Amino acid sequence: MTGTPVLRLDGLAVRYPSRGFRRPPTTVIEDVSFEVGEAETVALVGESGSGKTTIGKAVLGLTPVSGGRVLLAGRDITRLTGRARRLLSSDLQAIFQNPYGSLNPALPVGRTLAEPLLTSGSTLSRAEVHEHIADLLRRVGLPEDAAGRYPAQFSGGQRQRIAIARAVARRPRVVICDEPTSALDVTTQAAALDLLAELQRTFGCAYLFITHDLAVVKEFAARTLVLQRGRIVEEGPSAEVCERPRHAYTRRLVAAAPVPDPVLQRRRRQERTDMRAATG
Amino acid sequence: MFPIILRRLALSVPLLLIVSAITFVLESFVPGDPARTVLGINATQEQYDALRAAMHLDQPVAVQYWLYLRDLLQGDLGSSLFSGESVLGLIGQRLPVTLALVIGGTLLASLVGVVLGVYSATRGRFSRRLFDILSLLGSAVPNFWIALMLVAVFAVKFGFFPATGYTPFAESPGQWAAGLVLPVISLSIGGVAFISKVTRDAMMSTLGLDHIRTLRASGIRPSSIVWKHALRGCGLPVVTTIGLMMITFIPGTILIENVFTLPGLGTTVVDATNQHDLPVVQGLTITFTVMVIVVNLLVDVLYSLLNPKVRAE
Amino acid sequence: MTTVEAPPKARSRPRTNPFAGIWRRPVPAAAFVVVVGISVAVILAPLLAPHPPLAQDLLHTLSGPSANHPLGTDVLGRDVLSRLLYGGRPTLIGVGLAVLVYAFFGMSLGILAGYLRGWTDRVIVAVLDVMLSVPAVIITLAVLAIFHQSNAAAMLTIGFFASAGLARIIRSSCIALREELFVDAARVSGLGPARIMARHILPRLTGQLLVPVFLFSGNALAIQTGLGFLGLATPAPAPSWGGMVGEAAQIMQQDPYLLFVSGGVIGLMSLSFGLVGDGLRDLEQDRRQATGGRLRRPVPATAPQDANKPSDAPPDGAVLAVRDYSIAFATAQGPRTVVDSISFSVRSGEIFGLVGESGSGKTVTGLSLLGLLPPNGAVTSGSAWLAGTRISGLPERELQGIRGSEIALVSQEPMVALDPYFTIGSQLSEVVRRTGAVPGGKEAVRQRVRDLLTSVHLRDPDGVARRHPHELSGGMLQRVVIAMALAGSPKVLIADEPTTALDVTVQAGILDLLRSLRDEHGMAIILITHDLGVVADSCDRALVMEQGRIVEEGPVEDIFYRPRHPYTRQLIASTPSIAPTEGRIA
Repeated sequence: MTGTPVLRLDGLAVRYPSRGFRRPPTTVIEDVSFEVGEAETVALVGESGSGKTTIGKAVLGLTPVSGGRVLLAGRDITRLTGRARRLLSSDLQAIFQNPYGSLNPALPVGRTLAEPLLTSGSTLSRAEVHEHIADLLRRVGLPEDAAGRYPAQFSGGQRQRIAIARAVARRPRVVICDEPTSALDVTTQAAALDLLAELQRTFGCAYLFITHDLAVVKEFAARTLVLQRGRIVEEGPSAEVCERPRHAYTRRLVAAAPVPDPVLQRRRRQERTDMRAATG
Repeated sequence: MFPIILRRLALSVPLLLIVSAITFVLESFVPGDPARTVLGINATQEQYDALRAAMHLDQPVAVQYWLYLRDLLQGDLGSSLFSGESVLGLIGQRLPVTLALVIGGTLLASLVGVVLGVYSATRGRFSRRLFDILSLLGSAVPNFWIALMLVAVFAVKFGFFPATGYTPFAESPGQWAAGLVLPVISLSIGGVAFISKVTRDAMMSTLGLDHIRTLRASGIRPSSIVWKHALRGCGLPVVTTIGLMMITFIPGTILIENVFTLPGLGTTVVDATNQHDLPVVQGLTITFTVMVIVVNLLVDVLYSLLNPKVRAE
Repeated sequence: MTTVEAPPKARSRPRTNPFAGIWRRPVPAAAFVVVVGISVAVILAPLLAPHPPLAQDLLHTLSGPSANHPLGTDVLGRDVLSRLLYGGRPTLIGVGLAVLVYAFFGMSLGILAGYLRGWTDRVIVAVLDVMLSVPAVIITLAVLAIFHQSNAAAMLTIGFFASAGLARIIRSSCIALREELFVDAARVSGLGPARIMARHILPRLTGQLLVPVFLFSGNALAIQTGLGFLGLATPAPAPSWGGMVGEAAQIMQQDPYLLFVSGGVIGLMSLSFGLVGDGLRDLEQDRRQATGGRLRRPVPATAPQDANKPSDAPPDGAVLAVRDYSIAFATAQGPRTVVDSISFSVRSGEIFGLVGESGSGKTVTGLSLLGLLPPNGAVTSGSAWLAGTRISGLPERELQGIRGSEIALVSQEPMVALDPYFTIGSQLSEVVRRTGAVPGGKEAVRQRVRDLLTSVHLRDPDGVARRHPHELSGGMLQRVVIAMALAGSPKVLIADEPTTALDVTVQAGILDLLRSLRDEHGMAIILITHDLGVVADSCDRALVMEQGRIVEEGPVEDIFYRPRHPYTRQLIASTPSIAPTEGRIA
């Protein structure tokens, strides 16, 4: 990693006020710090309740931050709201988990894709927007006439491609990917990951890839952070984390993930049983 | 559960204040002079002035309202400008009639509505369509007209029930009940349609839920699935609807009481409005509002009893 | 870049006009015609009415319908039809005013509260609460006392107070819309609140306005005519629908005919408002479900024919066998086959994987074996056998006897698989009493429940039994669901994606449990899953399905190490693995 990281989190904390009188607030994430370099993919892995989605939302300004800072290319964006936050959209984008909910069912795909192109700060003409959309659709492997059709006419994998196209439309520097493939079938997932990797090579955007699945990020992400109950417990190159986990929680996580290989899986299961017997 | 009741009660105080203030201000615009009304045209100017002062009519509206509230806290709602009767006494005398109508109508509509709703949810498509039309008919036709038709058929033609009038319970429980049969039925028909439709819809969506499938997969009998598990799952929407229906029954009694000339709050409020009998209108408005508050309170209590998550807290 | 999926069949453009499609439904369409027809007739009353509404003809009082008086005359010999036409004017004007106020306040208060949230929301909600608790009719009576017999003032008051109900509906839809991912996505795309409201929120709310408006029109009509009936809204000789009912009521004992006419027109109008409202709501629901029309009848199941054909008999040794089994669903485009003549057998004590991606038909196959297909689905050919007994085509009553005791289900989402209103203990005992055949009384049932919960390795069985489902974690709940499935000691357990909704560490525990239960009880487990890791971990044999057909079947070692079908190979290659790559056979 050279120069300023494109995204840096510095002691980020999110706490929600608890219901009830004088109860301490619920901590969702606490003291989360990490960096994402230019055109790098960093994975954020955790189980349900680990706070991984909250981190993504905090970076995007969709949830209030209680402490710490978020820096985009060196600039503090933690508490930006309104117009200043909207102007960030050219640098910071997102892909959400559910490809069925993230596209407005009443708008044709072309208009959804035009949205990021027509926002404040854009100077594109109508024809340029049109051309841009056609280019985007081609890049994500969809037919050109897709622009005139509605989300309901596409499969889940195709919708996720549309969502990806919307995210990269303005060549952002960072894209937050919140479980972008977990609602997809494995064959579709593989294709979507390939597409993301290809777009990264073309546009040079960095990904913060949020997922529950260690196996997915092993080859996709350069570095992996493991999150447990709102705190980062382990960080390192993805292959390291998956093959030589140091923290006990990561070890449990790795041991529990089944591999698609009956003989190897039988051995791993035995190891897991032994490990559990050893630790009690 | 208690916090919910306390919260509801705390909210009802400002509500009563607002409602009474609205009516008070509105009534202050009513043309005519209550003091004149009471005294008639033959009174002297001295008598007139004295009464105005006694009724605080020489004061600004805000002060009048304040004085009214002070009396209210002491349980004094004033007295009728016409009969001179105490308003509280009048309410005490008329309330049982209206309550009998509202409670009777609610019980009848809930019982019939829930049974019909469950029945139609578990039958085929054709009977559902038919049921839709019937329930729409029940809710569309105005209840005063239904009341008139019932009178025309069951009272005038067959003479099964008295057409109009009211016998106090203490005088003859049998006649009291007979006199209420047609009013209660007319009041509840719209409610039956409403409740059965909500029950039907809730039932159908509950029957499609995963936990119902688990029960079916475990070999539980359909009767237990429908009447024990699914009906319990419909509890919240059905109870909400019964509460809403009861609230519409409260003003609904106005027309029904007038059709059957029952001496309830509804006939009283129409007469008082026509006569500009302010203290009575005020008192009745507060009574009606209190009835709405009590119904809402009941719904809240039922809610927390039905919902294990609330109950646990 | 890998394969791009074929787009599903192009559907017509989603309609935003809420009336579109109403003409294809005869009842709401007819009602709409009635509403418009009566309104136009009332507006054109001066042109259409055969007589002036107040002209008396004392020689022909209470005459029945005749050529001169199509609907007869009233007690003063006035023409009933003319009075109905003129009488509709105050009524419909009143309803119109009430609806305008209702829609205006309901929409604006609802959107302001729902989109701006914060203090605005709190204040508006408080105001709405007051409005809903006020006995509006009583306030209306007070208003009528000031504005003597003013129809307009009364109906404006009614519309205003009723708008609180609409505002609540609009507010909650608005809040729900705000939470939709596409609104988040629009915000991340850099759209400002005004544009989000204009492009994403408002268009979706206007469609929701019509249904309440038509339903409220019916209420307003009832209230207006009610006021007319009490003589409060229209001065005496002038006709109004409610007033005509009142006049008719006074002579009801002599001649109830007029009661039918005057009440009938109110009822007809009111019913039509309701029918249009209901029709629009149905259309909206259909659009939301994107079925493009109502589902037709389910595909009829073929009768269990040729039951004694030799090839139809169950093979020996298999506890469950499926032969030439097809399943179809009724859709708007006609029947669609989702499982296409599949055959397989499962032996006792074996964990059998049913593997496939979405749309492969694996879950539907599992559910159909229990007779739990959705109402629009049916088995269209073939047979299924459980321990030598044919179970496909059995009547519902006999299936009930089999479910839970011979064949049981563990479903995908443990969080919603149990009845939220009953404790774990009471649900389990109901199943135990139904299927477990436990001799003895309450104590025996309780002991059996305790044993079942212990057998799925729940630490504090009595504590768990006392809890409601929402008090347990997903992993614990799935254990409870498994315990429930075990209650009848079934021969076959169908586990439909039992770990998909669970975290990976919890998943490992559930899979371990299923294996140990198989070892203890020797039942067959059909494990339906999309996850090849789960298959490799737990299954002895497996079946790979693609779009309703079997592409490969065999022992898992064969499937993973010697896949024959290209789809199986693609599936294996696409499945990410956490293990070091040299261990994989590609």
